[in-house]
Amino acid sequence: MSIDRSQVDHAAELARLELSDDERERLRGELGQILQAFEALNTLDTEHIPPTAQVIPLGNVERDDVVAGSLPLDAVLDNAPRVEDGQIRVPPVLDES
Amino acid sequence: MADELYRLTLHAAARGLRDGTFSSVELTESLLDRIESVDGRTGAYLTVTADLALEQAADADARRASGQDGPLLGLPIALKDVLSTAGVQTTCASRILEGFIPPYDATAVTHLKNAGAVTLGKTNMDEFAMGSSNEHSGYKPARNPWHLDKVPGGSSGGSAAAVAADECLAALGSDTGGSVRQPAALCGCVGLKPTYGRISRFGLIAFASSLDQIGVLTKDVTDAALLLGALAGHDPRDSTSAEEPVPDYAGELNGDIGGLRIGVAPEYFGEGLDPQVGDSVRAAIDDLLGLGATEREISLPHTEYALPTYYVIAPSEASANLARYNGVKYGLSDPQAIDVDEMMARIRGRGFGSEVKRRIMIGTFALSSGYYDAYYVRAQKVRTLIKSDFEAAFQDVDVIAAPVVPSPAFDLGAKLDDPVAMYQSDIMTLPASLAGLPCMSIPCGFVDGLPVGLQLIAPPFAESRLLQAAHAYERARGDLAAPVKAIDA
Repeated sequence: MSIDRSQVDHAAELARLELSDDERERLRGELGQILQAFEALNTLDTEHIPPTAQVIPLGNVERDDVVAGSLPLDAVLDNAPRVEDGQIRVPPVLDES
Repeated sequence: MADELYRLTLHAAARGLRDGTFSSVELTESLLDRIESVDGRTGAYLTVTADLALEQAADADARRASGQDGPLLGLPIALKDVLSTAGVQTTCASRILEGFIPPYDATAVTHLKNAGAVTLGKTNMDEFAMGSSNEHSGYKPARNPWHLDKVPGGSSGGSAAAVAADECLAALGSDTGGSVRQPAALCGCVGLKPTYGRISRFGLIAFASSLDQIGVLTKDVTDAALLLGALAGHDPRDSTSAEEPVPDYAGELNGDIGGLRIGVAPEYFGEGLDPQVGDSVRAAIDDLLGLGATEREISLPHTEYALPTYYVIAPSEASANLARYNGVKYGLSDPQAIDVDEMMARIRGRGFGSEVKRRIMIGTFALSSGYYDAYYVRAQKVRTLIKSDFEAAFQDVDVIAAPVVPSPAFDLGAKLDDPVAMYQSDIMTLPASLAGLPCMSIPCGFVDGLPVGLQLIAPPFAESRLLQAAHAYERARGDLAAPVKAIDA
């Protein structure tokens, strides 16, 4: 399966991944090669086979709605690059206009 | 012997501590000296926490002096850098997490600390556990202690190299598609990946959440049983961890495997398997038969589909799990950024290495609109078929025996530019991972001077049976006629 440059650009945008031109070109070739290997899956008849998302026989796990201890705020924010008033600061997410 | 304490197994060192032959501080110093003298060549560690280790050792000695004992009390163990460690830098060998100091311990680490184990440091790995050679570390490659121009395997390459080079008594790793068994085989140590859910994943930095499982790398089977016993059990902080009771894995080992039915599947012995590796594994199976086990041919017909299935599912889950590395909460940052999307893209472009980028791209593509059913859902359906193969086989057999890796350790750089060839190094470990089954690698011989492993696979939560078979084989095998390791030459 061959992949064109616009498909690489689209996936990179969805993944919020900045890539150089060289990286994009290399990935175009590699993804094509890897997707080609995936084609083997199409040789199986899976129409009536249920998908497996996880392997353990487990349904929803519930617990009582009780407040439990949590890490101190300082410890959690220690690793954040920009902190203000106990919150993490980021560049504007919404357009101000 | 006093100057070679670092070569001991966990259980032999425990005996020495119990008998008062040496202290945990002496044992820990011996290991720190060993790390000092060989780690420059193996690259097994990313971080060595010498002061912390000596403090823990002194504490263990004090506990022992006050009458306490325990199977891991005072024993030095290494931790793969995928496990969160409170106050100790945890990077997953990624530049994007450089400087990240977790505020909490993974539950597995808490269990070790409570048991009085000494933590020596954080071992090297492929970035975010994605790789089969440890060459995708964002910091440095680790090397195979048997032959320093060969890879140690991956992604727990640093843990395997540390055990093989006697830079720890044992190490924790993680296995998503073979990342404990494959490096254990290539470095000649024992590697155990328990059933999915057997050990809490809380604090194990996520790669592919439906597959990730903590495992152990040790010098022998008894040590693997000891460590598993300390780590297994339900954890309210990981709702996928199992409520199953935890048996006394080490205490149950008695060498008796009479009547054990061993399944051998031709799918694991076909094209692509180095004939010498096949011979070595075959001889190991014959050893098991000599102990009273019986052999049955089984069929695992969907084995060949495990590779594409895994390389759709794992990167898909990874692309979602790795969305959290965006320069906001931790790791690499860009305080000057004025646009949030640009900031995230730039940080991720700068912080992730080539293999991680490749997998994020594969996963994003496989999950994207228009391709989701064709790739992701189809792979999940084939996963059902692979799992069903094992369920059918375990109607007739108790354990399955197979090779771990098709060939011994390869040269550094040999597969670096060919991702598909690198992925093929995992073909024999992926199926059991996709089915969530407990499995092990046990050293069974040497090919061209490099170690080879026997893989044993058991039904869910049959770790006792798995360890019993591995232990019986190990006793029958005796000491392998091993060449001198490059690191000891």
